[in-house]
This record gives sequence, C-alpha cells and structure tokens, in this order.
Amino acid sequence: MKKSWIYQAALLAAAGLVVWFFASNTAQNLEARKIASGLGFLWRESGFEIGETSGLAYSAADTYFRALAVGLANTFRVALIGILGATLLGTLLGLARLSPNWLLAKLAALYVEVIRNVPLLVQLFFWYALISENLPGPREALNPFPGVYLSNRGIFFPLPGSMPVLSGFNFQGGAQLSPEFAALLVGLTTYTAAFIGEIVRAGIQSVRRGQFDAAYSLGLERRAALRYIVMPQALRAIVPPLTSQYLNLTKNSSLAVAIGYPDLVSIANTTMNQTGQAIEGIAAIMVVYLAISLSISGFMNWYNRRVALKGEHR
Amino acid sequence: MNWVRANLFSSWPNAVVTLAILFLAWRLLPPFADWAILKAVWSATDARACREAQGACWAFVGEKHRFILFGTYPFDQHWRPALASAVLIGLWVFSAFRANWHWWLSLVWVAGLVLIGVLMWGGVFGLRYVENERWGGLILTLLLATFGSALAFPLAILLALGRRSRLPAVRLLCVAYIELVRGVPLISVLFMASVMLPLFLPAGVTIDKLLRAQIALTLFTAAYLAEVVRGGLQAIPHHQYEAAEALGLGYWKRTLFVILPQALRIAIPPLVNTFIGLFKDTSLVLIIGLFDLLTTVKVSLQEPAWSGFGVEAYLAASAIYFLFCYAMSRYSQGLEQHPAAGAPRVLRET
Repeated sequence: MKKSWIYQAALLAAAGLVVWFFASNTAQNLEARKIASGLGFLWRESGFEIGETSGLAYSAADTYFRALAVGLANTFRVALIGILGATLLGTLLGLARLSPNWLLAKLAALYVEVIRNVPLLVQLFFWYALISENLPGPREALNPFPGVYLSNRGIFFPLPGSMPVLSGFNFQGGAQLSPEFAALLVGLTTYTAAFIGEIVRAGIQSVRRGQFDAAYSLGLERRAALRYIVMPQALRAIVPPLTSQYLNLTKNSSLAVAIGYPDLVSIANTTMNQTGQAIEGIAAIMVVYLAISLSISGFMNWYNRRVALKGEHR
Repeated sequence: MNWVRANLFSSWPNAVVTLAILFLAWRLLPPFADWAILKAVWSATDARACREAQGACWAFVGEKHRFILFGTYPFDQHWRPALASAVLIGLWVFSAFRANWHWWLSLVWVAGLVLIGVLMWGGVFGLRYVENERWGGLILTLLLATFGSALAFPLAILLALGRRSRLPAVRLLCVAYIELVRGVPLISVLFMASVMLPLFLPAGVTIDKLLRAQIALTLFTAAYLAEVVRGGLQAIPHHQYEAAEALGLGYWKRTLFVILPQALRIAIPPLVNTFIGLFKDTSLVLIIGLFDLLTTVKVSLQEPAWSGFGVEAYLAASAIYFLFCYAMSRYSQGLEQHPAAGAPRVLRET
C-alpha cells in the first residue's frame, strides 16, 4: 500500500513539473515578445465588423467581449437549429432504414454510408461552393415555393407579415439565411443526421421482436405499435449516444471558421490575430465548449433518468 | 415479380412510398445525369470550354490532379510521393490480413516507413533533398493519419488503464485529460498546437509546423481511443482478473499478458471506427495552413482562370476520402460479423 502512495506522489510531482516548465517558458517568451497578458483586452474596442449577429446589437466600436458574445450567440443559433434538424432528419432516416419498403431502406442506407465516410469539412466546402458559386444571383433567384428564394446571396423566406421582395441588387424583408450560415447548417444537419439515423435504427432494433408481436396481437397498427410500445423502450438505448451526437454537432460547428461564418472560434481567431493574446483566446474557446459539453451532458443525464425504468439503477 | 410485390408493394402505404421515390428519381436523375455525364466537359486545355458548357467541369480535376495529389512537391519528382503513398497504402492492406498479425509485422512497418522517409526527404541515393514544407496532398493526409494512430494507440492504452486504476491520483489525472480533450473541438487543440506550443518551449527551440499538427492530432485521438480501449477492458469478465491474480501475476504482467490481449481483440471494430474518424479529422489541418489533400483542392480553386468549379473539386475530394473510409468501414464490419476473428487461436480451433 505504501508503494502506491510513492508512485502517485511521483506522478503528481512529474505532472506539476511539466506544467511549471511550460508555464515558466511561456512567461519568458511572452515577456521577450512583449505580448501583454491578462483579460484587459476584452474591454478594448474590437475595430472589426461581424457579418451577422444573431439579433445582438454590435458595431466595430464595441468591445472584444461583445464581439465574442456575438460569436457565442452565432454558435448557439447554428447549433440549436442544427440539433433540431438533425434529430428530425435522423429519426426519419432511422425509420426509413427499417422500412419494409426495399427501395426506401436501401436509399437511406446509401445516404448514411456516403455521408459518414466523407469528412465534414469537405462537405461544408461543397455546400458553400454549391450555394455561393452555383446558385443564381438575386435577380434570377430560384423560387421553389411562393415567397422562398434561393440565391448566391443567401436563402430568403417569408416571416408572418413580411415577404422577401427584390429591390435593387438584393431582397428586402422576410428572413434571410446568409450563404455561410445556410452551408454550415445544411452541412451539420445532414452529417449529424446520418449518425443519429444509425443510433435510432440500433435503438429500435434493440427492442425485442416479441414486443412488436405483442403490440400487433393487441390490435395496434405498425404506427401505433412504434409510437406507444417500441419507441418508449428504444429511447432508453437511444438517449445516451444521442447526447454525444448533440455534443459533436456543437463542437463541429467550430468548423464555421473555414467557411467564414462568424461563430465563437472564428471571432476568437480574429481576436487572437489582432491582440496577439493567443493563450487567452484559446482558453476562452475551451472554457466555453467545456461549459456547453458539461451542461448538455448534464441535461441529457437528467432526461435519461426520466426515461429509464423506474427503480432501475444506472 | 414475387420479390417486387413483397418488397415494394406489400401494402398501400408501401406502394405509395415506392411510387413517390420512382417519381422523384424520374424528375431528378435525368438532369443530374445530364450535368454529371452527358453535358460534362471531360477534358479541356483551358477553362473557357467549361464555362460555355452546361454540365460539370471534370476537366478541372484532370487539369489539377497532379497538384491535388502531390501539392507543391517538385513537379519532376512526383513519382516519389506517388510511390510513397502506394507503399503506405500497401502497408495498411498487408496489416489488415489476420495471417500477417505476427511480431515481424512491426519490422515490415519499420522497413516500409524508412523507405517512405527516404523517398520523401531524399538526400541519399542520388535523390534530391526535399524539405517537408513542400510535402503535400494525399501523402500528407496518409502520413498524418498513420502516425496519428500509431502514436495515439500506446498513449490511449495507458490512459484507459489509468482511468481504471485503483490509485486515485492516477485516475484523476487520466479522467481529467480524457474529459478535457473530449469536451473541446479539435480546432481548438490544433490552434493550441500551432500557436501556443511555440510559447511553451524554451526560447530558441522550434518545432516544425507538420510535427505540431501531428502532436495535436495524436493527443486528441488518444482521448477518444482511450474510451474505446476502456470499453474493451470493461467487457472482460471479472474472473479473468481474479484468475490472473490467483496465478500470482503482478499488475503489469496481469495486464499485459492476460487482460489487454483480450480487451483489445474485443475493441478492434470500434478501434477501426476511431481510426476512420482520425482519417477524416486530418482534413482540419487545413485551418492551420498545412498542405493536406483538402488544402491542395482548395488552393487549386484559387487560380482565377479555374475558379468557380468548387462543386466538381469537392466532389472529387469526397470521392478520394470516401474510398479510404469506406474500405476501412467495410473491413471493420467484416471483423464484427466474424467474431472468431478476435478470439484467441486456441478457442477458435476447439
């Protein structure tokens, strides 16, 4: 028993030594390069514009802190809508893969196989190129449904009481998704949906065949059997891996920086380039993502306990 | 006919779905085939032919394929990265066969990697020296993925064992590392390696950009692999630990000779899946300015004469990534469907 304490003390000392080595080097390097440290920069004027602000007021005269807050809001906006979309599409895919219709099941399987085996970043570039290079300009915008316009300036759709109308070189009114946001949203949604589809399929398959048969013998239709008998049981197998997909989607939204959507990472990157304070910038990114990760998994654990069998200990 | 009735028209809703899919295919496939094949430009000396055409510009891929595959490597030396890529892929394929899973496989790898190093760097046997800032394209992606998995694997085993250790300080350090890394996006780890690592080191010590990206990918993947290995460790029934202990084996002997060989066999399919993830994740080095396969594709689009063919270029990139990832995922499915693959030889034969 004694020996193990010596091991542990040695390990902790070694870890401490490594951290101290890095920290002292960093302090020296920062001094040599005359880089300021501390969080003072947060209250200085940022001096850069942000293309879209998710409803927050922002101008170049605002502080870095406000710029980062706008970035965080943008991250939340794309992640929340993405999670909703991916859950919906993923559930449909999972059900489609189990469909008795051969064509539908094979199509869904093909989708999952293709999407899962291509890096998300490639897919984001693809969607961005498709929207910004291959869609026509606002004057010739595609109009698949009344009031909905697809153009290389973004996607426009009506809101209650406000229709998008072409005026000059762009649309006014309605709601607009910028090309960057649209590409990121479509990419994140379609990519994550492929993974969620597999989770849903595995979850449903984990419910024993007899449960279906019992439901049928009670006179329930396939749809009702799924809704009332199979799904509540499948959810128990689905929720834990679903949580990690939600987390993945949120973390993957950081790829926004590559296509120019101003998410948290992208704004932090600009901030680092302007102030030179890389450590604070990266720390900000990491702290925020850790906080998001911990709160999503906390929430999902709570939900998981709710759908778990009563009296079951996990 | 029976098959069609059973699988496509077994019920009314089923028939409606089939007809809806056929209708969509009828509406969407012909225009797509028009764009991708019939009206596509397959070869052209300049982009003008492409701009006039209605279809896809595959000529772009033909024009730029050397740059996409080999990056800025000296043009007359392209056979070297080509051969090196072939050797590396050959090593992977060779290692996939169970018959080759022997101790000498590691010697084959060492020999193969030395050959690749000689080919890529040169400087000996009359080969011109090429500094690794000029490496790019496919070989860089393959090397990042190969070394990432090879280096992350031992680290992951240590982390997984540490997480299950009886010593609280060891457990704490390992849990903190794994959860911290898994809680943040890969980009932030890459930024950290590219921006912060130079600050961490004593003044005057510099590490090459490629190596920094490699360190980041390794440290990131290790955390995910550790969880996979832990899953394997947890699947080992407790009596295996007790039996090993009863034989009087100490912790390291018990772990190395009894527990790990079984745990890793169980974990092979999810391990392969994590490697697929790593292979896809190497594309993120684009963001810190390394010339991997995706970066060469993106840069090849920047030439004004050939800009605007992003869709074609990224479809081509997708096809290359898909080829590798799909092969790996089929391989892992094959292992899953033949559980004997993982079982010790003695068990298999009885």
